[in-house]
Amino acid sequence: MSVLTTFKPPKALSGKEFTYCPGCQHGTVHRLIAEVIDELQIQGRTIMVAPVGCSVFAYEFFDVDGTVAAHGRAPAVATGMKRALKDSVVFTYQGDGDLAAIGTAEIVHAANRGEKITTIFINNAIYGMTGGQMAPTTLLGMKTSTCPYGRTVENDGYPVHVCELLKETGGIAYLERTTVNTPQDIRKTRKALRKAFTAQLKGLGFSLVEVLSTCPTNWGMNPIEATEWLEENLKREFKVGLFVDKVGDDQ
Amino acid sequence: MAVNYVEIDADRCKGCGLCISVCPKKVLRFSSSFNSKGYHPAEQHDPDNCIGCGFCYLVCPDTSVTVLKETSKAGT
Repeated sequence: MSVLTTFKPPKALSGKEFTYCPGCQHGTVHRLIAEVIDELQIQGRTIMVAPVGCSVFAYEFFDVDGTVAAHGRAPAVATGMKRALKDSVVFTYQGDGDLAAIGTAEIVHAANRGEKITTIFINNAIYGMTGGQMAPTTLLGMKTSTCPYGRTVENDGYPVHVCELLKETGGIAYLERTTVNTPQDIRKTRKALRKAFTAQLKGLGFSLVEVLSTCPTNWGMNPIEATEWLEENLKREFKVGLFVDKVGDDQ
Repeated sequence: MAVNYVEIDADRCKGCGLCISVCPKKVLRFSSSFNSKGYHPAEQHDPDNCIGCGFCYLVCPDTSVTVLKETSKAGT
């Protein structure tokens, strides 16, 4: 009689309970990042920069060094860290309100300079922490607390496609959009995160993984309905796929 | 003959039900009891049919799932 543990939480997580709502996929992405840190054995030299938003306490959940940057400025803080400590592995974890709204300048220029940092971008098409306001990535017609009749082009413009925007910048080494809706998608996301960190370890340039994620509370659905809504609506607007890959397949 | 056990940390579980929705063998369900947060946590009710695929572990957003495999002798 022997007992084998086949799946258990990764070591790079601190073990502290996540403060997210039930069914929020922030936790899934946190776990995937920690798994990749374990796999690449970089826990001792990893530094993370948390954003402002629901994941503002993200540095508490990882067992790595970390700090939190002013709203949207995580890539700028990460740039400083990486340039001062060249052997470290620096990643930022940002939501759509942080990265695609107030932090647009920082992310575009960090990507264009080819800073050797990794950004994980969580896109759930809404502001979570502040109570479900319209984000730049909110879909047309989608109802939020600041556009209760649905987003319109005349008033609010079009949803921002961050990957499509960044793929033309020169310094980008790895760029992919994924989801964490099904176990298959979760495995693909882990592979993408691994490649993004590998791009940084090889010194190829800036890497970003955009993860389409659910916000059951502010979408006003239960967690399972939210995953269905993501499949039907969010994935139609934001096409999942690989945009830039300078890493190659040999890992 | 191996039996797979899904250990769910009932006090971490927020009862979102994602693990129950993806389980291919339907061996998970909501517990009838409450945890310390006031949610009905998920529980495994049928370990004999569990194939140990780890889908519940993969989708769990609160890292409350651990999957264990009990074998009658090593390597089977």
